[in-house]
Amino acid sequence: MSGGYGGADILHDCNISVDKGEIAVVVGPNGAGKSTAMKALFGMLNLSQGNVTLGGEDITCLSPQERVKKGMAMVPQTNNVFASLTVQENLEMGAFLRRDDIFQTMEHVFELFPILKDKRNQAAGELSGGQRQQVAVGRALMTTPEVLMLDEPTAGVSPIVMDELFERILEVKQTGIAILMVEQNARQALNIADTGYVLVTGKNKFTNTGEALLASPEVRRSFLGG
Amino acid sequence: MTDIMNATVLLSNFVIIPVLAYGSQLALGALGVTLVYGILRFANFAHGDLMAFGTMITILVTWWLQSIGVSFGPLPTALLALPVAIVFTIAMALFTDRAVYRFYRRKRSTPAIFVIASIGVMFVLNGIVRFIIGPNDQQFADGERFIIKARSFKHMTGLNEGLAFKVSQGLTIGIVFVLVISLFWFLQNTRTGKAMRAYSDNEDLALLSGIDPEKVVMVTWIITAALATIAGTLYGLDKSFKPFTYFQLLLPFFAAAIVGGIGKPVGAIIGGFVVAFSEISITYAYKKFLKYLVPENWAPEGLVQFLSTDYKFAVSFLILVLVLLIRPMGILKGRVI
Repeated sequence: MSGGYGGADILHDCNISVDKGEIAVVVGPNGAGKSTAMKALFGMLNLSQGNVTLGGEDITCLSPQERVKKGMAMVPQTNNVFASLTVQENLEMGAFLRRDDIFQTMEHVFELFPILKDKRNQAAGELSGGQRQQVAVGRALMTTPEVLMLDEPTAGVSPIVMDELFERILEVKQTGIAILMVEQNARQALNIADTGYVLVTGKNKFTNTGEALLASPEVRRSFLGG
Repeated sequence: MTDIMNATVLLSNFVIIPVLAYGSQLALGALGVTLVYGILRFANFAHGDLMAFGTMITILVTWWLQSIGVSFGPLPTALLALPVAIVFTIAMALFTDRAVYRFYRRKRSTPAIFVIASIGVMFVLNGIVRFIIGPNDQQFADGERFIIKARSFKHMTGLNEGLAFKVSQGLTIGIVFVLVISLFWFLQNTRTGKAMRAYSDNEDLALLSGIDPEKVVMVTWIITAALATIAGTLYGLDKSFKPFTYFQLLLPFFAAAIVGGIGKPVGAIIGGFVVAFSEISITYAYKKFLKYLVPENWAPEGLVQFLSTDYKFAVSFLILVLVLLIRPMGILKGRVI
């Protein structure tokens, strides 16, 4: 899958792609266009040039809802749960487009995030930050997507919760889902990344495996604080 | 002892039963306002006139049924006309949405623009209703008038005070009770109901989950129009139908919706009863009631009425202002819907 975008103010010929069962992480300084790139991939803003493909199919012209149907799922950075709905209802809404039995998928999500099973009847708005993120990821997984996009999943959660979330994300990856993630915590994120993208002012600055990026002196100096 | 009984009956007859009936009518109206606010995110000023439109259709169909000799036994014929009226009102609501609101939705206009558009819709609906049925009072209640008559109640209990319970009041309370329970069941347990709550809670995330906003909006209008027609018909049966009165009901509707926290259905129902109770209890003359309870020489000379009934809308207005000043989120905690 390759996502391209170009011409507009924020992104300039930026290229991002991720394969099944892999994690791609987009890092970069503030204002580099990381979140914008995610939105572009998900069809939330118009491309002036370039295209987005999913499994070889061109989906550039599809609306976000149609992309959900095609197997993309997105967890936004903020307001990513239905606060007044219960945890279980959040998951049900994630599976809104599905007409088949969602019980199996829900069990799978509960296996992945056991805490959610205990709190299934609690309003998502009453949960802690880390638990909310689990609800948000769980909701996105309910469509059984091929590509899961996470916009700063660890924003505003404690380091311990962050480590746990990353572990869960690795587990999700094992189920064969392609994961594309934007992260502020670049070092930890690159640690679990198969591919890393460093964006600067809407352009691909470095692209390599997570390991290689972490090892690269230039990347370390500019983005990882030495 | 008899005095206390008499006082209780008096209060039930003039305050409690009217509050239950009027409160139910306000609750239905406020539910409509609150649903539109929760889903479409604007205060719908056309709600009172949508209600008038629905009631007008009920009346016209009732007249037609009466003219061909159809009746519903002891119950008002209007109940038979109601389903037809609901269908017409839903069609009207969906038509206004297509013709007016959808345009602004596509443009992602601000709520203020929607409100102004709804005022336009209000004037048009108001014009249509006056053009078709005229601005005058219409009585369309038929069938039995009372479940309990004041005289037979006196006869039965031997008390001085009579208790009258009108068919329209009984119908109002019963129908609203069933409607409210079904509405909540629908919002809590069905796929569409949950989607409506999800959409109201977080529009963007609802879109990401694949919830179709147009469908949610359509269902909202269908429910709102049905509620408005039923509320209007019940109000008309209980009192009378006059287009201007229905327009005026907007104020207690908004007061009720805001007391409970606009966008929250439970709040709209509680708010409906709070407003009805305040309005009726403040404008009721307590002279006779007190006469039963206090020693003879203490009996008040005045009417002991806090506010003349002419000022009953001032009560709603006061509630509205007070709530917005002191607790703008309404009396219930939590977010919309």
